[in-house]
Order: sequence, then C-alpha cells, then structure tokens
Amino acid sequence: MKSPARNPQTKGEFRQLQKLMATAVMRSLARDDSMQRKWIDGRPAKKIAESFIKPNDRLTSFERLEIYNRQYWFRVRDCFYADYPGLRAILGDKKFERLTDAYLAKFPSQSYTLRNLGSRLVKFIEAEPRWVSPHKQLALDLARLEWAHTEAFDNEARPPLKTEDLAGLDAAKIRLKLQPHLTLLKLENEVDNFLIQLKKNSGLRGEASNAMEQNHRKKKTKVARGLKRRTNFLAVHRHDDLIYYKWLEPGQFRLLSALQKGVTLQKACEELVGLKIPGNLGETIQEWFQSWAALGWFCGLKQSK
Amino acid sequence: MPANAFNGFTDYGIGIGLRVPHYQHILSKKPAVGWFEIISENFMCDGGRPLKVLDQILEQYRVVQHGVSMYFGSSEKLNREHLKKLKRLVKRTNTPWLSDHLCWGSVDGRYTHDLLPMPYTFAAAKVTAQRIREARDFLEVPICVENVSSYAEFHVSEMTEWEFLNEVVERADCGILLDVNNIYVSSKNHSFNPFDYVNGIPAHRVAQIHIAGHSKFEKYILDTHDHPVIDPVWKLYERAIQRAGKTATLLEWDDRIPSFDEVHDEALKAGKFLKQLENEIASA
Repeated sequence: MKSPARNPQTKGEFRQLQKLMATAVMRSLARDDSMQRKWIDGRPAKKIAESFIKPNDRLTSFERLEIYNRQYWFRVRDCFYADYPGLRAILGDKKFERLTDAYLAKFPSQSYTLRNLGSRLVKFIEAEPRWVSPHKQLALDLARLEWAHTEAFDNEARPPLKTEDLAGLDAAKIRLKLQPHLTLLKLENEVDNFLIQLKKNSGLRGEASNAMEQNHRKKKTKVARGLKRRTNFLAVHRHDDLIYYKWLEPGQFRLLSALQKGVTLQKACEELVGLKIPGNLGETIQEWFQSWAALGWFCGLKQSK
Repeated sequence: MPANAFNGFTDYGIGIGLRVPHYQHILSKKPAVGWFEIISENFMCDGGRPLKVLDQILEQYRVVQHGVSMYFGSSEKLNREHLKKLKRLVKRTNTPWLSDHLCWGSVDGRYTHDLLPMPYTFAAAKVTAQRIREARDFLEVPICVENVSSYAEFHVSEMTEWEFLNEVVERADCGILLDVNNIYVSSKNHSFNPFDYVNGIPAHRVAQIHIAGHSKFEKYILDTHDHPVIDPVWKLYERAIQRAGKTATLLEWDDRIPSFDEVHDEALKAGKFLKQLENEIASA
C-alpha cells in the first residue's frame, strides 16, 4: 500500500489515508498485545507509522498508532466475551482469544453495530475447525445457540396469527411465516442446560458508547467438563421480551424447519413421513400448531392460487 | 443562547446518558431528570427489550439521540440503510436534535467501531460537511457534531482541530456538541491550551455540551468515561457556557457505572455553574 500524499487535497488522497490507518488499526496484535513490528509487506511498521502520524514529546508515531490498534482489539474482544460466554467456557480463555482474533481478522465487522459481530462465526468454525479443535461439534453447537440468543433478543416480533386464522386453509396452497426472532436448532451436545447455568451469573452484552475501552482483566472461566452428547432439537425465541428455549420433538423440528424454508404446509407435513409419531397424526399435528400459534410463532401466511 | 436552530429551539437543562444498569431504577422510581441522551445504535433494532424500555422512557422523559457510528468524516458514501433505520428511530423519539462525532471509523464497508481522528485538511472538511448536509436532509432534524478525544495527529493537517471544526460546521451550517472533557483529553495528548479551543469555536453554534471523566496514564490520557468530572474540565465548562450561554448539558458515564443517584448528582454539579452564569447575566 502506498503512503499517503503529504497534502491531501483530493478526496482520493483523503480516502487513501483512511485506508492506510484502518489497515493499521484493524491489524492483528502481536502475542504480547502490542502492535506488530513489521508491516504487511515486511517493512518496519515504525516507518509506516512515521509516514502519516506525528510523534509528540512523549510518544513515537508508532506508539500513538498503537493506542488505536490496541483499543480496536480490546473493544471487539470485549464484545465477543460478552456475547459468547459458553464458547469461551468450553475453549478456555487463551483458545477463545485466538479464535476471536482469527475470526475477526478474516471477518471484520461489516455493520454499524457490534451486535452483528458474530454473524459469521458458525461459517468460520465450519471452514476452519482448527481454532476449536478438538471440540468442533461442541463449539458449533454453542456458536449457533449463542447467535440464536442475539437474534432472539432484538429481532422483530411481527403481529402473530391466531389459531383461527389457520382454520380451513388449503394445506397444499399456504406457506406460513415464522417470527424473525425464532431460531430452530439441532444440537449434538447438551449445551442448552449448560448455557442456562452459565448465564445465570453473567451480565448483558456491553452497549455501544463513545468511551475508549480499558484492557479489562479477563474473568477466570472453567472449561466445561462432562457435557453430554445428546441430539436435541430446540427453538430459541422471545416472549414478553424474555428469551426462552422450547425443546422440540424431531417431527416438530422437521416440520417447522420446512415451513421456515418457505415450503407449503402440505410439503412441510410430508417431512414427517417415516417418523414415529405417537397417537393420531392429524390430531398431533393440530395440537402442535395450536401450541405454536399460542406462542405467536406464526406471523404471516401466503396463499398461492 | 439557550435555544437555537441547532438544538431545535429547545431549552433543555442538565441530562444524563441512559444506560442499562439504571433502567430498573428509572422505570420504578421515576426520578426527576431534565432529559436523557440515548446512544442511537443501541435502539436501532427491530424489536425486543431495548425498544420496549425506550418507549417506557419516552412516556416520562425527553430524549435526545446521540450516535457513535455515522462517521461524518468518512470518505465513503453515507450508508442509506443506516440512515433509514436512524430515521425510524428519530420518528420514534422525536429528538429535537441529533448528534454524532466529527470523526471517521469505517473504510470499504469494514467498521472499526472507534472514533478515529480526522486529518485537519480542507479536503477532509469539504467531504465531511457534505455528508453532514446529506444526513440532515435525509433525517430532517438538526444535526450537531461532537469533537472527539484523540491520541494521534496527522502530518498532513493544515490547521488546528478547532479551526477544522469551524470549517466543517460553517460549510455544513450545523451545530456543535462541545465535549469539554474531550477538549481537555486532546489538549493533554497534543499539548495545546484547551482554552484556545473553547475560545476559538463559533459559540452561536453550540447546541449541547458533554462533560465526562477520563483515565490518566503515564504518557497520555484516555477518554474512558469511568470517573467523575475533574476540576480543570469544570473550568472549561464554565468558560464554554460563558461564551455559549446556558446550554443543554449532559454527563456521560459508560464504564464502571455507579448508582443512578451518583451519576445524577455528578451531572447536577453543572447546575452551580449555570446558576452562576444566570447571576452574572442578571447583575450585568
């Protein structure tokens, strides 16, 4: 990257300066949380800093730039600590920090809000499981569950359909919409109860502010031991502004997942073929829908001709 | 000049920042507070508890929006989706003015979530002022820009920070949210006289003042908003209101947040200076 011109008179030169500084600010820290001594191309980072940042009588250009580089990482790490307490507990502090740094180096924030910082974490873990080895599945379960919490916390709640809205409709023609705050999860480990216990003692995610972060001392966490492997199906949703889990039967999960993908009600019910569902199938499905409608999970329907 | 075009011709007194640890106290005790400042981004969501709390606050209190991610000083185009969400919130809160920082923080769609300092150049002032105008036209609410604390300066700068602020606000014809703590922090980090700053800005554009605490390190000061306001900052505040008049004043406390009463008491200390000013005006 070229050093910026000494006297930026054009928007292009102004932009070039911002690109250079953003690159420096968002670049990964060295192991001791200082700014890396070498620039991307191997040149001394000191020279790069001197090319655009003034020194003062107490700090070199490098040290002044380093304040911003460190603040960036302290801020995004703090946000991750607050949003992923479960993942942090199973990985341990050091491994969690390495995962955070690697993830954010690859997927820096693309949103004005820190709320969305973890939106691509599951994708990252799937692509680069070495950062969570040997706990890939456990880490994926927790990353999915903790992201579902974020979605449930402040996603939209649309006016719900009532049970009677669903009566008498042609199943072959209607498609039901599920609330945007509802996430359906298939988990391979018993992370739901684990997270409930963990969250009992944790605070809310930090809000946005214009204050600079101090390097908050990391809280000691214990690696979760004895977490059982158990396939379970979960709906994470919001009711009366509180986040709830609802455990689902495999058939319920299949049906709801199909509806969420946008297939017709009839097609969604066909997903149940081959599953053992106790009692009368029609009555059971009706009971499920009544229960989901009572929770306000359906928020729209589309009827094709 | 208590009311001006830049604060929607309002006459707000002393307020505090609305923060999560105080929600329960505010909603249950309903303390008498002049107004609350909210961080817009914390409420630019589509549902859930944040909006429910906000609506309850709006039933009882006056609210002013303050943003942290508009990045007026960015060299990119304004983010329309961001503006649309912000406008929805503006309609909800009926904020008489809206503030954000004279800084930048995103490039190529990547966000630093920081308030990065501007190069004080005419080119940067022109770009920034244009973005402020565009935002104001879209949001249809008066806009004020806040001076930030900074830890670095650029070789390319062609003027002082306060000259740059003047250049931007005159070009954009917008208001100033004067943060006297940020002036103090930057004056220590860059070795200038903070009173030169306060004396050098167009006082008629000051719509709001921020006060806050900070953290002192060996070689620099960090704007942490986690301490009471120190005396030198109160002195700058005193000078600022001498110049600008009785101005809407807000205490920011964002980290290691003490009880509501402690924060509120700290904010109300500004009342002594405002009263003093009133007396001076009356006796003159």
